[in-house]
Amino acid sequence: MKIFRSHVLVCGGTGCTSSKSDLIKKRFEEKIKEVNLDDEIQVIATGCFGLCEVGPVVIIYPEGSFYARMTVDRVDEIVEEHLLKGRIVKKYLFEESTKDDIIKSLGDVDFYKKQKRVALRNCGVINPENINEYIARDGYMALGKVLTEMSSEEVIKLIKDSGLKGRGGAGFSTGMKWSFAAPNESDQKYVICNADEGDPGAFMDRSVLEGDPHSVLEAMAIAGYAIGATKGFIYVRAEYPIAVHRLEIAIKQARELGLLGSKLFETDFDFDVEIRLGAGAFVCGEETALMQSIEGKRGMSRNKPPFPANKGLWGKPTIINNVETLANVPQIIIKGPEWFKSFGTAKSPGTKVFALGGKINNTGLVEVPMGTTLREVIYDIGGGCPNGKEFKAVQTGGPSGGCLTKDHLDTQIDYENLVALGSMMGSGGMIVMDEDNCMVDIARFFLDFTVDESCGKCTPCREGTKRMLEILDKITEGKGTMEDLDKLEKLAINIKETSLCGLGQTAPNPVLSTLKYFRDEYEAHVIDKRCPAGVCQSLLRYIITMNCKGCTKCARVCPVGAIEGKVKEVHIINQDKCIKCGACMDACSFHAIIKK
Amino acid sequence: MKSLEELRKLREDSIKNIEMRNTDKDIRIVVGMATCGISAGARPVLSTLVEEVAKRNLNNVQVVQTGCIGMCTYEPIVEIYTPNNEKVTYIHVDSEKAKRIVLEHIVNGNVINEYTIGSVK
Repeated sequence: MKIFRSHVLVCGGTGCTSSKSDLIKKRFEEKIKEVNLDDEIQVIATGCFGLCEVGPVVIIYPEGSFYARMTVDRVDEIVEEHLLKGRIVKKYLFEESTKDDIIKSLGDVDFYKKQKRVALRNCGVINPENINEYIARDGYMALGKVLTEMSSEEVIKLIKDSGLKGRGGAGFSTGMKWSFAAPNESDQKYVICNADEGDPGAFMDRSVLEGDPHSVLEAMAIAGYAIGATKGFIYVRAEYPIAVHRLEIAIKQARELGLLGSKLFETDFDFDVEIRLGAGAFVCGEETALMQSIEGKRGMSRNKPPFPANKGLWGKPTIINNVETLANVPQIIIKGPEWFKSFGTAKSPGTKVFALGGKINNTGLVEVPMGTTLREVIYDIGGGCPNGKEFKAVQTGGPSGGCLTKDHLDTQIDYENLVALGSMMGSGGMIVMDEDNCMVDIARFFLDFTVDESCGKCTPCREGTKRMLEILDKITEGKGTMEDLDKLEKLAINIKETSLCGLGQTAPNPVLSTLKYFRDEYEAHVIDKRCPAGVCQSLLRYIITMNCKGCTKCARVCPVGAIEGKVKEVHIINQDKCIKCGACMDACSFHAIIKK
Repeated sequence: MKSLEELRKLREDSIKNIEMRNTDKDIRIVVGMATCGISAGARPVLSTLVEEVAKRNLNNVQVVQTGCIGMCTYEPIVEIYTPNNEKVTYIHVDSEKAKRIVLEHIVNGNVINEYTIGSVK
């Protein structure tokens, strides 16, 4: 095997790829060839490093230099200075990594300090398209150990003992789930990996699949051995083309090395995996709908019981685990349940990956031990809200979760605590909102999403969420009444109690939690006909203040001619004509136009 | 994949390739790679050091390059930093000397005095 003296790792996750990291990688390869370093230096595309905000990200080893916000034009200089002459190009490094003038490597910057990477252990470290790099990081050792040294019962007991809970959101014990499927007699059983990540703002599963696809394949084979299944399906969204591509490569490489297929590790155990593409329906993340979809039917949920562990895919015993849950499994097998329980909380051991998004400085992917507080995630890792704005709320658990406030910042994150506050873990989307966000509008946004995504099978979800959305529309337009608020609350509780599947049962959460914690904002919309955050268009008024110098710029950009006034005199906006587009405010050089 | 043993072997071979991405190491070998260093022949020295370290599975050792060390007449210069922050500077290093430095200094812990800058002064 060729030994290279330097490795250039270019992030190949979806975030960085969309800002042209593929072209950056290409230029590195070209330039390195031009200066005849191609047999000394290796350029590798990896999975997500986590700090998506400053992408595209490039890391050069052995120094561990962390170049952020890379562009194609910077490549030549970095090759000539850093790779050819050994001079790190400080001006292009991630600012924080040069703090105090001491250049720190990736792991030493604040963003990573409070993190503990278990599910993401290989993301951004290995080349996901090279199985040897996964193997170098103990890849497939857990599968080998399980097949040659352990019985199925021992595997299930080990996972049960670790306390691993489903990271897809509901938090059910993974070991228990496996133990339900194991004793069922059947000619065929299945393992499904649920990679139908549909929450707005969530991308944990995608990043694991893109950065470390083999960890999921290995875990599926282990699960297969534990319950006696020989066949696995990965149900992944077609909108994740990079993830699908890398999975295809990973499956092919694993088969070639005999790590998938028949008689693995010279035992009688056979296991193989197939990919099934989803068309991107939120409800297909729900396990019964997901199975319908794999069977080629329309993705609609059904009643449980029977649970999939007894009657799942094509009526056969099936277990469905989320991507992140599976990514934990090989490490638990190798390092043992006690290791896994040594971090996290007593009831929720281990770590959780969060996709930090919204009004936060360090948008990206973080993995922290359970029990880390919201404050630590949002401030210490996320760097707080940008532009000096004040933190207002954080939405956890995606469209099915709730909004938590400043008062909850010291909550230790685990399944139990979040549910107790009226939110949930969900898959791990974490959307931060600042003072400029209107909470009624946020509730409306998430409900709009669930209305679109309801499969329509049961009435409470199909009709009820639609009615809720209508009331929210009314409120944001300034036409709501106090009765509407009561009606909204009643409807929400009803839908929660009577819907068929998790989608409907959790859809009212954003409304209920904002009603609970931000009732004053609802009341401002209803009683005062005012949107305190200045978001809801119908309730806004653009007003020209005395700062106006009469430059006429605003009048010239107004698309409906609503602004009148003479040159060098204060202008006036005709409120009846104004369509509240904000063009005048953007055009004004004197900050004379305000909205309220 | 026949056995766990075979997997372990593949793992041992593969580790060498990604070991470089671990920055948490005790011993650092630093090679001066400014224009002066390169023109004096630092490049093959660097390659030799990387190869020797990998060949001997010295997982605790990091080979990095640096810019001009400031003593151009002594290039190629190789500096060895050990955990107690002691620094040994080797000068006029070539591939043969590099091999000996890895073997005698890094593996066996004996500084090769005749190659060090002290021998000139």
